[in-house]
Amino acid sequence: MAGGAANALTMSITRDEVAKIASLARIRMGDDALDSMVPELNNILDWVEQLGEVDVTGVEPMTAVIPNTLRLREDEVDAIPQTAGGRREDVLANAPAAEHGFFGVPKVIE
Amino acid sequence: MTDLTELGVKALRDGIATGDFTAREAAEAFNAAVEQASALNAFIVTTPDHALAAADAIDAKRAKGEDLGKMGGVPIGMKDLFCTDGVQTTAASHILEGFVPRYESTVSQKLWEAGAGMLGKLNLDQFAMGSSNETSYFGNVSSPWRKEGSNAAMSPGGSSGGSSAAVAARIAPAATGTDTGGSIRQPAAFTGITGIKPTYGRCSRWGVVAFASSLDQAGPMARSVEDCAIMLEAMAGFDPKDATSLQMDVPNWEDALDADLKGKRIGIPREYRMDGTDAEILDSWEQGKEWLRDAGAEIVDISLPHTKYALPAYYIIAPAEASSNLARYDGVRYGLRDLPDGAGLQDMYAATRADGFGDEVKRRILIGTYVLSAGFYDAYYTQAQKVRALVAKDFENAWAECDAILAPTTPTASFLLGSLNDDPLTMYLNDVFAVPASLAGLPAMSVPAGLNSDGLPLGLQIVGKPFDEQGVLNAGLAIEQRAGFVAKPEAWWC
Repeated sequence: MAGGAANALTMSITRDEVAKIASLARIRMGDDALDSMVPELNNILDWVEQLGEVDVTGVEPMTAVIPNTLRLREDEVDAIPQTAGGRREDVLANAPAAEHGFFGVPKVIE
Repeated sequence: MTDLTELGVKALRDGIATGDFTAREAAEAFNAAVEQASALNAFIVTTPDHALAAADAIDAKRAKGEDLGKMGGVPIGMKDLFCTDGVQTTAASHILEGFVPRYESTVSQKLWEAGAGMLGKLNLDQFAMGSSNETSYFGNVSSPWRKEGSNAAMSPGGSSGGSSAAVAARIAPAATGTDTGGSIRQPAAFTGITGIKPTYGRCSRWGVVAFASSLDQAGPMARSVEDCAIMLEAMAGFDPKDATSLQMDVPNWEDALDADLKGKRIGIPREYRMDGTDAEILDSWEQGKEWLRDAGAEIVDISLPHTKYALPAYYIIAPAEASSNLARYDGVRYGLRDLPDGAGLQDMYAATRADGFGDEVKRRILIGTYVLSAGFYDAYYTQAQKVRALVAKDFENAWAECDAILAPTTPTASFLLGSLNDDPLTMYLNDVFAVPASLAGLPAMSVPAGLNSDGLPLGLQIVGKPFDEQGVLNAGLAIEQRAGFVAKPEAWWC
């Protein structure tokens, strides 16, 4: 794993790859924005590359910062009012286009 | 009557309880101070009516002889990352402009229940991403501090820059902050105030706009250690609505404050002596050791060998979590929608997010998307989480040798607004001393140590064991008593 990490970390990111990531992240980017983003991302990625130096043999990746058991809540409907059901108006109150009690979106199926 | 805006949390609360002045008088004094200080741009919206209504409720309770609460009658600033019922909550972004929550965050609710009122929603770096308060959609915040003999605008730090500016300028006696990688401590250090990030899980994250969920913690920012202890008690506590909330009682930190450090060992991590750290910062660190020794502590050298790797690990982990958390801003459920003519759903997402997020937020979403993408996940994200485990282990090992750690809060004092914008990496280095404690989830605070030769504040940082906020506060109090920091910025904004 350590060797694989080092290899991947020495690659730099291309303009096409940035365009691909932006598309995955659903952020529209024009040519100018892409041009300036490529060197910025490469600077940051070059800098984090130093993590490849660290010997992590036998180290488990951290999953919880403070040891804490994951609680189970009581099997009770609507136990906590703020996160309970029956609040359609509240949920829709900030929607840019709420229609007939639903979130409105542009036509998805032609 | 004394100028009420000169008073802190405890003095206001106790003055109201004893009847030296009313809560309404306090709220009016701070509302007026806020109104005069628009040049700082510390607030995104002001809520004078909220502060007055809370004050009137406290005055009415006092007339009836009822308990006024831990924060009874104290008007505070609320970082605009906390959802507030009926009051716009933006995270200083365009994408959430106009978003008016229909619910209250747990932390703010607890503060209102403790008797506090709200002066307004405080400016910050957009989605708490930044160290200078220059990434806000609503404009930069100016620090109330300036270099001696200069009128140039300085950074109040970030991301809780509106909070730090407001408290330092005495337009709020205290404010909430959040700290993901230094966002309470660095702005506190830059503005000569006190701020504590508690152990991860002490304060509920429910209703706080998420940045990096494994790191985000709320905490108080105020002008004294005691004020921070009082306010943290009001903010902390178990919340079933947050899966990572600590199921522990909240100690009475205020009453247990004790600056006598006899028998305590304070660790000095040798790896924090880094190239590029300002000489005056190193001097203040030396001074801090003397103060703690004077308070009875034993000073011991310790080693945190993976310190150097904490910041790069953070800049993988935090953007990774941010890219996931910020996927919710899609133009469908709340916030901005940008729907170009004839656009489909996917185009709407992409246009909305392009228009709604600022440059730094986009940069971090893209980094996060990249490091989590197929083929790179193990090399970047898994490796960073392993390094994070090593950083946390360094601290665990250190606790065998010491009870708390003393370090500088930041490598430099505040800088001119605009001076670090061209290079994200230089900006990130501001948090080099703050990030390790964040990665390990540890309580950490910044207290003012003095002024540098430019007349700008410097902070010292105390890092403690998990759940030992008391040890952190006590060491902070020992420094505060010896530093005797009374300097305040000249009120150029009035």
